[in-house]
Amino acid sequence: MSLTRRTLLATSAAALAAPALAQAPAKVVVIGGGFAGATAARFLQREGVSVTLVEPNAQYISCPFSNAVLAGLRDLSQQTFTYKAIAAQGITIAQQAATQIDAQARRVTLTDGTVLTYDRLVMAPGIDLNFAGLPGYDEAASTLMPHAWKAGPQTTLLRQQLEAMPDGGAVIISAPANPFRCPPGPYERASLIAWYLKTNKPKSKLLILDAKDAFSKQSLFTAAWKEIYGDMIEWIGLSGGGKVTEVKARENIFVTEFGEHKADVGNVIPPQRAGRIATIAGATDQTGWCPIDPVTFEAKLVPNIHVIGDAAVGGGMPKSAFAANAQAKACAYAVSALLRGDNPAEPKLINTCYSLVKPDYAISVAGVYAPAKGLLADVQGAGGVSVANAPASVRAAEAHYADGWFKTITQEVFG
Amino acid sequence: MALLFCLAGPASAAPPDVSKAPAGASACLGCHGASETELPSLNKLSASEIESAMDAFRSGAREATLMNRIAKGFTPDETRALAQWLVTQGRAP
Repeated sequence: MSLTRRTLLATSAAALAAPALAQAPAKVVVIGGGFAGATAARFLQREGVSVTLVEPNAQYISCPFSNAVLAGLRDLSQQTFTYKAIAAQGITIAQQAATQIDAQARRVTLTDGTVLTYDRLVMAPGIDLNFAGLPGYDEAASTLMPHAWKAGPQTTLLRQQLEAMPDGGAVIISAPANPFRCPPGPYERASLIAWYLKTNKPKSKLLILDAKDAFSKQSLFTAAWKEIYGDMIEWIGLSGGGKVTEVKARENIFVTEFGEHKADVGNVIPPQRAGRIATIAGATDQTGWCPIDPVTFEAKLVPNIHVIGDAAVGGGMPKSAFAANAQAKACAYAVSALLRGDNPAEPKLINTCYSLVKPDYAISVAGVYAPAKGLLADVQGAGGVSVANAPASVRAAEAHYADGWFKTITQEVFG
Repeated sequence: MALLFCLAGPASAAPPDVSKAPAGASACLGCHGASETELPSLNKLSASEIESAMDAFRSGAREATLMNRIAKGFTPDETRALAQWLVTQGRAP
């Protein structure tokens, strides 16, 4: 809205005795156009807030369901969304990266030098790969041993390597310690790659080297692997020597404390931390993540900056797209209330996360969360994983619902 | 601002008004949107239908793959409030 128009409306509004109309709308800058940031932008705009969404990419490529792309079950184009509908809603899109944040002056500087001012800032920077946390692994190494933990060219590269691998080859996936983006993701990936191998290269093996001793939906995955893939998938946890301490990318070698594992296709899922701009803003602690208030999602370390999605920590919510979307809506409410001078009400949040083990076979984890003792804590008695030993019809129903979830959430966020 | 939309905006269903959403309600829309997918849209249901479905999921009277696990996280009062919101301000656009 131009100043002239706003002034004009303010004048006519005075006649209508609606004083709120005379005020310029509050300004919120949202950094990051993923499931968290794009949702927050849309819901804040509907609250009458003037929103600028800072996102350097013209397209968003969804990580959820990208493991199916690796298995040849989906095309990357089905994972790709634009910001056209978001712009059409009246949200200003700055197709830039944020480079500096001055929390005192409430200013964000963009790559091209543009300075945006804000009343409140919402950060949804997602994850950065913590290359310093894994010797031998960096951007260059990821062109040889892909991480594919941000969907896009890395997904395509890993798919191509799997296609090029001869039958009888060894695929190795390394999984990081907690916390990281999408806790069941490495195991869904192992499952769907095994599906591809079983149907195309059945003499091949898949090894998971894990930096932890337990993982999300473990008993369900383990039972399904045995049932569907026999002994194709092997998992080595932390106490069995599964923690990868170094990679030798040129030789496709994973080094552990117990020895070396050579892969034909090596997928390194490295340690992670909040996107770098969160650290620039001063919102990250020594763990590399952003502690947040469980009611407002305001960063505990810096005022007027709210952090949602994978970058945030503060309780039991996993780093999932569903959680990011749910947090964004609760955060939009809280920010809107704070801008009006109201007290935000306590939220309740939900997470639902499906994992495909093969086509027509999915398992899920769900949780309900509420603020308790400064954290977003699990609501006792709720949540949990799919039932064990369920008939195939139940697993097929969950795969069916997973498709529905993806359609609904991407429509809400990008459609 | 609402007045302005009435004067100038196109005639369309009002988008969800998150600011009045009772605890947990807006999260429902992540799976249950305006369009019927593999998952049902809540737009066709009444508040009492949503409430009784949630009550049945919570008690186990109605079988579910996942909704039983979610419903147990909400008290009957919370369920009533979110059902009411979902059929009024919370209608997915």
